Amino acid sequence: MKVGVLAVQGAFREHARALEHCGCTVLEVRRARDLEGIEALVLPGGESTTIGKLIFDFGLAKPILKQVEAGLAVFGTCAGAVLLARDIAGTDQPRLGRMDIRVQRNAYGRQLESFETNLDVPLLGAEPFPAVFIRAPLIEAAGPDVEVLARYGEGIVLARQGRLLAATFHPELTPDLRLHRYFLKVAAGLH
Amino acid sequence: MEAKGTWRLKKGLAEMSKGGVIMDVTTPEQAKIAEAAGACAVMALERVPADIRAAGGVARMADPDVILRIMDAVTIPVMAKVRIGHFVEAQILEALGVDYIDESEVLTPADESHHIDKQQFRVPFVCGARDLGEALRRIGEGAAMIRTKGEAGTGNIVEAVRHMRTVQGEIRWLQNLPPEELMAAAKKLGAPYELGKEVAAAGRLPVVNFAAGGVATPADAALMMQLGADGVFVGSGIFKSSDPAARARAVVAAVAYYRDPQVLAEVSRGLGEAMRGLEFAALTPEERLAGRGW
Repeated sequence: MKVGVLAVQGAFREHARALEHCGCTVLEVRRARDLEGIEALVLPGGESTTIGKLIFDFGLAKPILKQVEAGLAVFGTCAGAVLLARDIAGTDQPRLGRMDIRVQRNAYGRQLESFETNLDVPLLGAEPFPAVFIRAPLIEAAGPDVEVLARYGEGIVLARQGRLLAATFHPELTPDLRLHRYFLKVAAGLH
Repeated sequence: MEAKGTWRLKKGLAEMSKGGVIMDVTTPEQAKIAEAAGACAVMALERVPADIRAAGGVARMADPDVILRIMDAVTIPVMAKVRIGHFVEAQILEALGVDYIDESEVLTPADESHHIDKQQFRVPFVCGARDLGEALRRIGEGAAMIRTKGEAGTGNIVEAVRHMRTVQGEIRWLQNLPPEELMAAAKKLGAPYELGKEVAAAGRLPVVNFAAGGVATPADAALMMQLGADGVFVGSGIFKSSDPAARARAVVAAVAYYRDPQVLAEVSRGLGEAMRGLEFAALTPEERLAGRGW
């Protein structure tokens, strides 16, 4: 499968590596023309304010949204999840805004509160998923069309709305590929 | 079970900064300008390096009040500097809750033999390096991010280029050595053997490597990216120029689109005056900050 990774800022190399391990052809997406022919798109972790600004300044946001309307599968991790959210608490920063979720940025605090944990993700099987939360956001609320796939404590950390998938943690920073594989199945229409 | 302050988390925050610009700021207003321009983090300082140079005297960690006000002003990560070897300044910054500490040659060193034992901290550190040995010594001490030293506060990119080329060249050299020559190579570089082996196998540093020290224009930033930097620190270059907001936006775009000359040409137009530069050769040895660090 041809998968694009938004590559204007952030940990896009790590996602590219994970996707290549899954057997995908990976294309770095910096301009609208890079979206041609991709079957799925990953929005990596990074700074959501930086990435959001760049995709609007450089004409990427509209073509991405157009492809989302046409059924492009999108996986946003951390900052990428923030970009997918319709509501971002306390800010009007630029976003794609196509998932019916409200996120709180830096919900656990600053870097000293960043943490790693083993997360129960029922759809990935019994073995917990190693989840890395770095100045992570939290999904505070989700609309009726959103399926909650994992929680940490009370908070939603993994959610799906149709072909859009949002994780508040960083599956690209660990060697466990199960979540990337799940996303590729969603993109292929197998889930 | 939660684990905090792990190596993966320290390194991870730097990974998230890649392809981004970290800007020196001295006030909450400047921090907001940097954030609005697309900076991926800010460095909270009392004075930018060019002013530290001009002021002379002993340069120390910033007043915690300055740092806290900047932390309150923005949602992006906030870094702050401590003097080389001054582990108590680092303890103070950790207590303030800054996101990253820069153990920096821009401030006056507190120890002329030893750097901070950065493994003892939960907060991650970035350190400057002029060559691969220096980078790997700092990583050995626990630095989770490396930057070139360049020559801060000069607006002159020549030293950052020298340091980036040196690091990259030495990595390529290591990569081509047979295994039995790696011990002698590590000795020659003054690098921990295990880290040297890791670099030889991976062909890159085990942590993110930014460019710093002398970046004044979008072209400078893109030059460093094309030379292999993962991102760019801009110190005096933004707020010592005539139009900081425009220059900040342009440098952010130049780092994101560093291989696209059309974009670089577009964003370089009409930025007003860059900071006034200093010719490196005109600096006396005492005025050269990059020599600090061991």
